[in-house]
Amino acid sequence: MALKDLPIEECVLAGSAACPGCPATLAMRTVFKALGKNTIMIVPACCTAVIESLHPHTSIGVPVMNIAFEAAAAGASGVEAALRQLGKGDTTVLAWAGDGGTYDIGIQALSGAIERQTNFIYICYNNQIYSNTGIQRSGATPYAAWTTTTVGGKTEFRKDMGEIIKAHHLPYAAQTCVSYPEELYRIVKKAKGIKGPKYIEILAPCPPGWRFPMELTVEMGRLAVETGAWALYEYEDGKTTFNGKSKLILEKKIQRKPIEDWMKLQGRFRHVFKPSFNKKTIQEIEQHIDEMWDYYRTCSQ
Amino acid sequence: MTIMIDTGNYIAAKAAIMAKPQVVAAYPITPQTTVVEGIANYVKSGEYKGEYICVESEHSAMSACIGASSTGVRTFTATSSHGLLLMHEMLHWAALARLPIVMCNINRVVGPGWNIWADENDSISQRDTGWIQFYCSSNQEIYDTVIMSFKLSESLGISLPSMISYNAFILSHTSMPAEIPDQKEIDAFLPPYKPQWHLDTKNPVTFGNIIVPDAYYKVRRAMQDAQEKVKILLPKISKEWKQHFGRFHGDFLEYYHCEDADYILLSMGAIGAESKVAIDTLRQQGHKIGLARVRVFRPFPSEEILELSKKAHLIVIDRNISIGNEGALFNEVKGCLYGKSDTPVTGFIAGLGGKDVTYKDIDKICTKTMQGKVKNYEWYGLEEA
Amino acid sequence: MKKYDVVTSISYPKKGAMGKTGSWRVFRPIFDKDKCVKCLRCWIFCPEGAIIRNKDDTITVDYEYCKGCGICAKECKVKALVMEREEKK
Repeated sequence: MALKDLPIEECVLAGSAACPGCPATLAMRTVFKALGKNTIMIVPACCTAVIESLHPHTSIGVPVMNIAFEAAAAGASGVEAALRQLGKGDTTVLAWAGDGGTYDIGIQALSGAIERQTNFIYICYNNQIYSNTGIQRSGATPYAAWTTTTVGGKTEFRKDMGEIIKAHHLPYAAQTCVSYPEELYRIVKKAKGIKGPKYIEILAPCPPGWRFPMELTVEMGRLAVETGAWALYEYEDGKTTFNGKSKLILEKKIQRKPIEDWMKLQGRFRHVFKPSFNKKTIQEIEQHIDEMWDYYRTCSQ
Repeated sequence: MTIMIDTGNYIAAKAAIMAKPQVVAAYPITPQTTVVEGIANYVKSGEYKGEYICVESEHSAMSACIGASSTGVRTFTATSSHGLLLMHEMLHWAALARLPIVMCNINRVVGPGWNIWADENDSISQRDTGWIQFYCSSNQEIYDTVIMSFKLSESLGISLPSMISYNAFILSHTSMPAEIPDQKEIDAFLPPYKPQWHLDTKNPVTFGNIIVPDAYYKVRRAMQDAQEKVKILLPKISKEWKQHFGRFHGDFLEYYHCEDADYILLSMGAIGAESKVAIDTLRQQGHKIGLARVRVFRPFPSEEILELSKKAHLIVIDRNISIGNEGALFNEVKGCLYGKSDTPVTGFIAGLGGKDVTYKDIDKICTKTMQGKVKNYEWYGLEEA
Repeated sequence: MKKYDVVTSISYPKKGAMGKTGSWRVFRPIFDKDKCVKCLRCWIFCPEGAIIRNKDDTITVDYEYCKGCGICAKECKVKALVMEREEKK
């Protein structure tokens, strides 16, 4: 699958309310190239709810149902059931939520929808904060990150949402990143062809949230993968297979880059480097990442 | 037509599936559980052919109903008390989204402590959400109102959700006979659902994105206009029901011996049913007293109550309390009379926490009022509690 | 596009829903067609969809909507896109 094979049609219309360099619209464009117009999108409170722009206009070219923050997956269950009753079971039901609406307030509805075998694709675009409300911490925020509610740096490590989702033994799940559009396209296309609940999480580096120059959005996603802070993998039929650089890291064919390479480019980690280098914090993070990869090695056998 | 002798809940379940919803999404809570269990039985028997989603919370129940209704299908759910309160956010959402979802709410006390008996604080506290609100006093009325409310909610220009409330255990778990029409007759009365907007891949719209104040103000006005339209359409639908099935429970108020009454009692739900017995007893004693049972709380029947005030002293019983002020019915009755009538209105709080209110209590309430022993407002029975 | 009568918060798709977002720019991408290798990285990575894919797989920048984030120039491996400061008008 080469980029030139991707469809030209855009379901995300230019001139939206998204920030320049926004990973959400970046990912959404590729996702819709894989899904096409026969899609109904359910969006809880999140950046995308604002990116849609102001009534009476919208920047999205497919039907969208906005819903309350915690209710994306529950709303999707209702849409999916109704479509089946109407004989429109071939319409893709896409729940599109941020990490807030997935890891925290929305986790109950998501878990319930998966357990009920709702036939839908749930995509979490993860910018590791409550971005829409102004950069507050979420369950996805990494250790030591500044946010407006963890001003001195977050004191807890983030949840591993992929593991929580896999524990539901759903038909398909994937963890990917905005920086690899061919992979994202392939993953979404694959999910579209599978019946039942599918979960896809896309790491979405956010320029205002992570405090980096807006042209580095894609670079920041690549570095997250290359330093091992974020893993690319797919889960299907109970088996997890890693992709791209993550596969090489898993198999110890390459060393992952030092985590500083990723962290030092982001203002949210500035306090780890200035006024003095906090070696202890870096060591704690490196150790945690090593442990995460050791764990991944045990489950991918 | 068949006679079904069963509890309010099982009769509600029967009405719900006969209306042929295509999605039911619900979560169990005492004493609503037998409504959803009743529907589950109809899933097994094949009488209900729609989708039955066992969601993981009431908030998700209403959210799933909103998803389904937005996609353009008839939806139904049921809840009670804490479940209703948990879905409060989504009640507002459903009404603002102009989705004609129908829901049965079994009026149960709100905790803490845990209390499963009847009072109406749960649904009364939701009166600001924009839902059309009914209060039923018999299992027959529950059946009839469920079907009629689908027709009302789905009417052009209304498109608002309906909540049908009835008291915990007194109706929900008490068997009474009800006439059940044939499915063909219900199909003739209630046509297939035609949504007034829906999610359609052939006509993509975004529902619910950011809206500026001026536009939102218009949305609110449109909702109010829709509730005003209920005042015109509900009597037409009740009349049609009477023509088809021979039954009439009143439009907004059910009048009982009001024609020559000097005193008129306004009460709701199970107390409304008990009130008829009290009125009979008092009439036998020669008192000119009648009952105007409040069947619809939203839209509030201001015009009808104003009409009653022209000839009678009004007595109001609330099985709810807005702590810091008064019972809701008492408050809103006085509100609709302001500047238009100076008839005395006497209010009573009774039955909170599921405390039983029998016709004897209602008799005492009315007698006390008629003897001038009540200074405008009283919490009945507090001394004995 | 069918418009619904019911007055609730329903919105209809429109390009430029927030207006001509090209006015947000401080820097603009300048395209050198001769250097372009038609890899389409800029096209797929533009968050706005403001890089128009031509029939021959070269590109045209849609300056009406380009917000000037600079991802296209950063991700172009042959420097066919470079960012230049917008001229003051």
